[in-house]
Amino acid sequence: MKLLPRLLASAALAAGLALPAAAQEDPFTVGFVYVGPIGDYGWTWTHDQGRLAVEEAFGDAVDTVYAETVPEGPDAERVMTQMILNGADMIFTTSFGYGPATNAVAARFPDVYFEHATGYQRDTENVSTYSARFYEGRAVIGHIAGHMTESNIVGYIASYPIPEVIRGINSAFLHAREVNPDVEFRVVWAYTWFDPAVEADAAQALIDAGADVILQHTDSTAPQAAAQEAGGVYTFGQASDMIQFAPEPRISSIIDNWGPYYVRRVGEAMEGTWEQSDTWEGMPEGMVLIGEMTEAIPEEVRASATAIMEAIQAGEYHPFTGPINRQDGTAWLAEGEIADDGTLAGMNFYVEGLTGEIPN
Amino acid sequence: MIRLEKRPQPSRGWVIGGPILAVALTMVAGGVMFALLGSDPVEAMRIIFWDPLFSERFASYSRPQLLVKAGPLILIAVGLSLGFRAGIWNIGAEGQYIVGALFGAAFGLAFYPSESALIFPGMVLAGLLGGVLWAMIPALLKVYARTNEILVSLLLVYVAEAMLASAATGWLRNPEGSGFPGSRNLSRHPGTDNPELIAGTGMHWGVLAAFVAVIAAYVLMQRHVLGYQIRLSGEAPRAARFGGVNPARLVLLCMGISGALAGAAGLFEVSGPAGQITIDFNAGYGFTAIIVAFLGRLNPLGILLAGLLLALTFIGGELAQLMLGLPAPSIQAFQGMLLFFLLAIDVLANYRVKWGREAAA
Repeated sequence: MKLLPRLLASAALAAGLALPAAAQEDPFTVGFVYVGPIGDYGWTWTHDQGRLAVEEAFGDAVDTVYAETVPEGPDAERVMTQMILNGADMIFTTSFGYGPATNAVAARFPDVYFEHATGYQRDTENVSTYSARFYEGRAVIGHIAGHMTESNIVGYIASYPIPEVIRGINSAFLHAREVNPDVEFRVVWAYTWFDPAVEADAAQALIDAGADVILQHTDSTAPQAAAQEAGGVYTFGQASDMIQFAPEPRISSIIDNWGPYYVRRVGEAMEGTWEQSDTWEGMPEGMVLIGEMTEAIPEEVRASATAIMEAIQAGEYHPFTGPINRQDGTAWLAEGEIADDGTLAGMNFYVEGLTGEIPN
Repeated sequence: MIRLEKRPQPSRGWVIGGPILAVALTMVAGGVMFALLGSDPVEAMRIIFWDPLFSERFASYSRPQLLVKAGPLILIAVGLSLGFRAGIWNIGAEGQYIVGALFGAAFGLAFYPSESALIFPGMVLAGLLGGVLWAMIPALLKVYARTNEILVSLLLVYVAEAMLASAATGWLRNPEGSGFPGSRNLSRHPGTDNPELIAGTGMHWGVLAAFVAVIAAYVLMQRHVLGYQIRLSGEAPRAARFGGVNPARLVLLCMGISGALAGAAGLFEVSGPAGQITIDFNAGYGFTAIIVAFLGRLNPLGILLAGLLLALTFIGGELAQLMLGLPAPSIQAFQGMLLFFLLAIDVLANYRVKWGREAAA
């Protein structure tokens, strides 16, 4: 065992002795900045699956690096810069809060390609933004939730009051109400994307308040575990399949599938055909998938949920199709009218029937 | 049997040699961990401790970043150390940091889009004021209602976080941000920005303030009667009372100073490196500063070194993640080892290790 001499050398380290390994055929390096740990089995895990898909698709031609649990703000800026100094040619930043940092670094390194998830700022030409239409998935699980609840109280663990989250609440609620006029949503704002302790508390509080179905827009499996312990409570996997909690409490899931987009964009960057874009894809393109519906869901509900899923996938149905009123009763969409992307992207209001206020 | 015997005076040799030994022990223990994770431990140590300072590729960027990262830690920790020396435990610097940033940013944005040179000084004052006000809540409650300042100041962090979220999504939200949370950018607007004072050094007003605070605290503790009162209150509270120290005044002063410095750190951060109020603006500086304060043995010069050392492990640790693919938690464990060994070795400076039984008196 050659451990000891190495350790002694490590302890005695006083000067930088090792030289950087000689660069051979320089591979295209892609960096990933993650907001949570890869082991969250949720949001960050799915992005890392995308990274692995890139590695598999390009083999030795591509090198990937990543940094996990990077706080949003100046720390993110530093991590990105160090990635670039370390040779990164392209960087994916996978949280909304990385927007200012991504654009600041992009302005300093015009030759590096940037892809910012769920963002809207594209200050320089080397920044693209991309997101998924998660609300399409929410329509399907909202439909299931409306059928499954017996207490008619559906709990919803929301993260931050931003348009993406509000869209999800609205979409799930509309489709739960459609099949169950008595259903009510209780929304808890966790103000975190990933904090198992807070998420478990939120789930428990909702269960105590009578919720027997819980939807989450946070990334950990803690709500699933809380529901399992309580018993008789149904949940849905978020971001990843969370299949380890099937067949109950997890009865289906919304899965983010970033791999194809990442492979496509990295390929374009390598070929030099990459162009700035604002991508917003959903179930038709396969960026959002619905996880297996378990036996806990009655067969006819599985059938109707599958029908909605297929209609959205085929582009025949839009989850925000009128008539829909705002929470205050004013009209938003007329009969048959479909929401435009601009309104959806900046959605800051609840639809009619939801109780409570969006905090601000 | 091993016994610890208190030294009449801390050993000089251990005070200086202790930290060096602690770093060496951390390298060995950390090296074992990194080796078990499949990385070359020598390379890992080089990347963490050497590359951020001297590598050709990174140093010109990471050396200034060291100051950017250490600045707020040092500024907050210096303020906290005064109270800690007097036995006054402000655990809520994180909250004072947030409120300082909110006050400062709100002041700056109130005059938007003016670019007057008077705005930034006003923001600094507002930041100081915000920090002081937030610290005065636990201080006044301690003095007049005998509440515990540890609990009150800590719990007020969560109140401040809620205020921050409400500011970012509501009353300070950028009206041109199409509904997304976050204020206008302060650092890219002349008048409200806290720029790099000398290009390429990372030196901004906050870093400068941290250095000034170190010197001021050093002079205060060594030369000023208040420093004497602080030390006396911490070491012998009864004697301090007989000696004419007014404990209520000391609580208000120590909490006020630590709150002011934490608030200033928040203001300098929001108008500089962070650039804007966001929901997650606070990155834990207020809590990490408590570690820095103790790591620096509550001594201003020690805090300066401790802040820089901790910043080095943050930046070097990130490099190690990128270059060796080490998981983030292993870097945190490594930082934990460093703190553990420093504090453990500290015992040797204050105590003598004796083998065998205590001699009969």
